[in-house]
Amino acid sequence: MIEVKNISKSFEENHVLKNISLTFKRGETNMIIGQSGSGKTVLLKSILGIHTIDKGQIIYGDEVYSEMNNKNKQKIREQIGMVFQGGALFDSSTVFENVMFPLQMFSSFTKTEMEKQAHFCLERVNLENSDHLYPGEVSGGMQKRIAIARAIALNPKYLFFDEPNSGLDPKTSIVIDNLIKDLTVEFNTVTVINTHDMNSVVEIGDNIAFIYEGENWWTGDSKEILKADNKELNEFVFATKLMRSIKK
Amino acid sequence: MITFFYHIGKYFLFMGKVLKKPQKANIFIKDLFFEIEKLGINSIIIVFIISIFMGAVITLQTAYNLEMPLIPLYVVGLGTRDSMFLEFSSTIIALILSGKVGANIASEIGTMKIREQIEALDMMGVRSESHLVLPKIIAAIFSFPLLTLFSMFVGIWGGYLAVYFTGAIPIDNYIYGTHYYFIPFYITYSLIKMVVFAIIISTIPAYQAYYISGGALEIGVASTKAVVYSSILILFFNVVLTQILLS
Repeated sequence: MIEVKNISKSFEENHVLKNISLTFKRGETNMIIGQSGSGKTVLLKSILGIHTIDKGQIIYGDEVYSEMNNKNKQKIREQIGMVFQGGALFDSSTVFENVMFPLQMFSSFTKTEMEKQAHFCLERVNLENSDHLYPGEVSGGMQKRIAIARAIALNPKYLFFDEPNSGLDPKTSIVIDNLIKDLTVEFNTVTVINTHDMNSVVEIGDNIAFIYEGENWWTGDSKEILKADNKELNEFVFATKLMRSIKK
Repeated sequence: MITFFYHIGKYFLFMGKVLKKPQKANIFIKDLFFEIEKLGINSIIIVFIISIFMGAVITLQTAYNLEMPLIPLYVVGLGTRDSMFLEFSSTIIALILSGKVGANIASEIGTMKIREQIEALDMMGVRSESHLVLPKIIAAIFSFPLLTLFSMFVGIWGGYLAVYFTGAIPIDNYIYGTHYYFIPFYITYSLIKMVVFAIIISTIPAYQAYYISGGALEIGVASTKAVVYSSILILFFNVVLTQILLS
């Protein structure tokens, strides 16, 4: 479990996060949603420790991550798998080398074991025949799957996704969504997804937090979100004709 | 002025993170060889071309400007050798490398920064500053002085070829001049300078690029700043080191 307790974050005079409290459960897909500029990326990066918070606590399991020194934070970070919006794959390395990288850096496996694990991860995301390709030679959806393979290479306890479906077509988005859901159950991870893709929210959202102007405006699940009586949330969820027609 | 001192402080804090022990020795060694190839071996051709032509030009200019019959002709070879050893093969080659290698480092790290690859490294628990920049510094310190020696050799041969093909002075006079009153410390002096320049060329662009935010435009700005600041620092330290080492 990850607990976020009363965190605030400002950039000079701009108060981006205002006293946010959330709980992310293990084995479930926890989603952070909100409009662009609402503060959800800052929230995600604060939870990850990329941004230092001004106030509050971030607790991984029973350890207060936000108050740890860098050495102890490093140990937690080795248990985190992160998939960035653009994939953040290393351009000069092949697909296989990208997945091997965290294993080479942090595992105590032999070379054969590392290769076996990398192959397993690539097979798990259905990319068993792409080892030799470079990130620039594969599609956006494949890049996301490679990033997921790299994120699960060290069997993480925590999985984070920043806009996993951005730039993908609806069909590929569903593939990624289902993969995220399956991996969450299979690896029993605390999975946190930052998205504004309502299709993903409805498909795989076990726990949803709606961030509005830096505040935790609403929490619920994928069934409750369609029936919620909250003006700002409804404006966000039913912004498209498709979602409005579903509501009707 | 405050901004200047802010960047000085930030640069040294950055260097404190860069100069940390590598997390995995085998990955560091692999990266080091990759960087030696990229920064050093891939610069051999440009160093060769520039050095051979500069050696030739220095020789011809000296030969055609020697009008006084009292000055011996071997001065042409002597002048070419000392110009190459003292200044050209270290300072001018460093300025050229700051353009080629510096821009390359800035664009590589800048692209990694805006594509969130550096954040990805940090998130994995990799000390990104050390992982990305330390192999470049060691590779530059190792390979740039070798390029300096190579440039000295090629430059003198450039002068030889110029004399051979133009007949500006008798070839024996040129060869005698290149051997005349040789001071080995000039090579040491040039190599010491190049080590300092290697540190400048590998760290200033890395620092400029590491803290950028934005997009492709910012990478261009960082690359330009990296080359300009590196060049200014090379010229500044050239004066400082010359005063320290030759006074």
